[in-house]
Amino acid sequence: MAITLTINRKKVSLDIDPNTPLLWALRDHVGLLGTKYGCGIAQCGACTVWVNGEATRSCVLPISAVANAQITTIEGLDPAGNHPVQQAWDELDVPQCGYCQAGQIMTAAALLKKNPKPTKQDVVDGMAGNICRCGTYHRIQEAVLLASKKTKK
Amino acid sequence: MAIANEPGRFNAFLSIDALGKIRLYSPNPEIGQGIKTAFPVVVAEELDVDWSQVEVLQANLDTQNFERQLTGGSGALKHSWERLRKAGASVRQMMMQAAAKQWNVDVSTCKTSKGFVLGPAGQKASYGSLAEEAAKLPVPATVTYKDRKDYKIIGTRVRGVDNRSIVTGKPVFGLDIRKPGMVFAQIVRPPFGATLKSFSADDVKKMPGIIDVVSFKNKVAIVGTSTYEILQARQNLTCSYTSESALESNDTHQAWFEAGMKSDKATVQRKDGDFAKAISEAAKVIEATYECPFISHSPMEPMNFFADVKPGAVVLAGPTQVPQPAQKAVATLLGVPENTIQVELSKMGGGFGRRLNNDFALEAAELSSIIKKPVLVMWTREDDMGGGTYRPAVRYHFKVGIDAKGNITAFYLRGVGLNAGNSTRQDNFPVGAIDNVLVESFDQKSAVTTGPWRAPITNFLGFAEQAFLDEVAEAAGKDPIQMRLDLLARVKSNPVGKITYEPDRFAEVIKQAAEKSQWKKKPGVHQGFSVYYSHFSYVAQVADVQMKNGKPQVTQITAVTDCGEVINLSGAENQVKGAIIDGMGHAMFAKLNLQAGVTSPTNFNSYRMIRGNEIPKIDAYFVNNGISPTGLGEPALPPTGGSIANAIYAATQKRFYKQPFY
Repeated sequence: MAITLTINRKKVSLDIDPNTPLLWALRDHVGLLGTKYGCGIAQCGACTVWVNGEATRSCVLPISAVANAQITTIEGLDPAGNHPVQQAWDELDVPQCGYCQAGQIMTAAALLKKNPKPTKQDVVDGMAGNICRCGTYHRIQEAVLLASKKTKK
Repeated sequence: MAIANEPGRFNAFLSIDALGKIRLYSPNPEIGQGIKTAFPVVVAEELDVDWSQVEVLQANLDTQNFERQLTGGSGALKHSWERLRKAGASVRQMMMQAAAKQWNVDVSTCKTSKGFVLGPAGQKASYGSLAEEAAKLPVPATVTYKDRKDYKIIGTRVRGVDNRSIVTGKPVFGLDIRKPGMVFAQIVRPPFGATLKSFSADDVKKMPGIIDVVSFKNKVAIVGTSTYEILQARQNLTCSYTSESALESNDTHQAWFEAGMKSDKATVQRKDGDFAKAISEAAKVIEATYECPFISHSPMEPMNFFADVKPGAVVLAGPTQVPQPAQKAVATLLGVPENTIQVELSKMGGGFGRRLNNDFALEAAELSSIIKKPVLVMWTREDDMGGGTYRPAVRYHFKVGIDAKGNITAFYLRGVGLNAGNSTRQDNFPVGAIDNVLVESFDQKSAVTTGPWRAPITNFLGFAEQAFLDEVAEAAGKDPIQMRLDLLARVKSNPVGKITYEPDRFAEVIKQAAEKSQWKKKPGVHQGFSVYYSHFSYVAQVADVQMKNGKPQVTQITAVTDCGEVINLSGAENQVKGAIIDGMGHAMFAKLNLQAGVTSPTNFNSYRMIRGNEIPKIDAYFVNNGISPTGLGEPALPPTGGSIANAIYAATQKRFYKQPFY
């Protein structure tokens, strides 16, 4: 039985093992490679996508659990890269290797949706679940605050 | 590859076509160190074009046209600085010559600005319009470089050239490689020191999506059509192993450290004066032992590589810091000529030295040659953490003698490493400032594979030495900063033996760090100092610690770096801050246990990686001296453990002798 879900505003039908984690469905079956594998056990946040608007770890989430859900990946946030978080990431030159940044950006954008005017501490706490091995943490935090300023009220 | 035949390609680093499109080629592998941005900045500066006019492209392995196409040792800018300047400046000169000829004026009356040549009577021609004629001119034998006061791009904040691709999720990494007909694979590798005896693959082969299970070189590879199917099938694989001798564990290594410290077979790395005599005459003797475990590199993108081995044509693609050795090693492995192997470079989700070892590329090539298919081999996080080329485990013993006035008269260091080679840096400071020195190393072979880990050897030696010097300063009744400055003054006036560092540059970063950090002038703040020279750069650090709820908390680190000319200020700050966070996280938390040849922990649930809510404020300053650029990817890491440990000592009177601290 195929599972149907909406990915980046497009309906997608997946006729694969329903236990397949969303991460691998996206990467190997849908061809969306922006969402990254880092640990496979929901510890690093590199695989963060939105499920019905909530930041979610896709590496431990079977597609059977997201039937009919709305999925947003880094490719769907704003393909032109004009989302305030994407702009802030570029302006403050956040990425070093860049591998974890899709997950960081999806986490940050979800945080700002819920809390458009976060304090510094809100940002520090809200982003603590995402590992960056290059240590771009300062600029990640600054960029979330910059994106908050850019976001129209 | 005959670059001259490509239209508009003036040299290996740049092309300008008739439409004025300027393409800059960056040859070195990008692992997050920012080289793909920094190299073209230098070329664009000397070419005298606007940064917004250029497009930057990653060059693939091209051994005919590039030298040192690798990422390691923080050596790229030091090596390529002159070459990059020349690549830009010579083409700028050719553009002026072409314009001068066209306008019938003397070339000395022409200038350039933002990709145009400007003539004496107000003539103006774009590089694009001149490109065809300029390309016919001989490459100038001598070129004039810009005065650094005229720099428009170098030293400014330049955003990473791949930022837009990254924030929009473009597939730029090794694991994102997709090629026609490609299959996926994962490989099960043996414990360290063990040999594969047998494996049972029948149940694995029956699993959905599994194409094949093959074994080579003690490994078992599972080939399939998707990652998840392979992950599932892998659970049904049983392997049995055998070994000739007992497999190594933590206890084995402790015994080896003990033996290595007592061994009379250590290699003398440096000897000045008579250490034994001087230590026997010392008024005071201070000694301490430091130890660190093996640690994994754990880049966020685990190891992976693509290979397509076909008769007469091999394609390798993926994240390697050293593409040319990959080409050579695969040529040897397969018995094919190097020039039949193409190596495409992907971006890398970090490297930290792990991608200097091409084991992952060799595996992929061997597997492709067996299954006769293009294949992408992925390591899981557990594979990556458990199958590393780890930072070697090392134990150091320091012993120093001081005279009645508190001057250091004798210095001894023995390093005992497991697969570490020479675990000392025998010619580094404070050696050169002390009359009687003995530095020895002892290397113990281990079945655990090791390799360079960001700032090899010095990532831990820097901590051990800087923590020890703090103890020495205390015993000598001296301020730790003043003690170093006194030692450097001694080096300058009367150095002992060979030294590798410049005492003036060393002293300058120390003085600036003392000033910028308000050394010992902050009430309620406990400070620790350290300074280290590596990869031809100097970094001094002051860590601030404040007691919060009875616990020491690192609140700030001030770092002053002398890496010569800063090419991209934004990238430079990223490297310093990143290296400090890296050094701090690994000094505090990183550990690796070994039981019967198997390492643990294996993933981020139990292997603690520093997170964004654990970092101090970091102020990164650079000495502005215009000296030719030196390394920056690594040098800020070695002093970090020391500044933090010394600050925590200032706050708690507790010293750390082992990493991880916690």
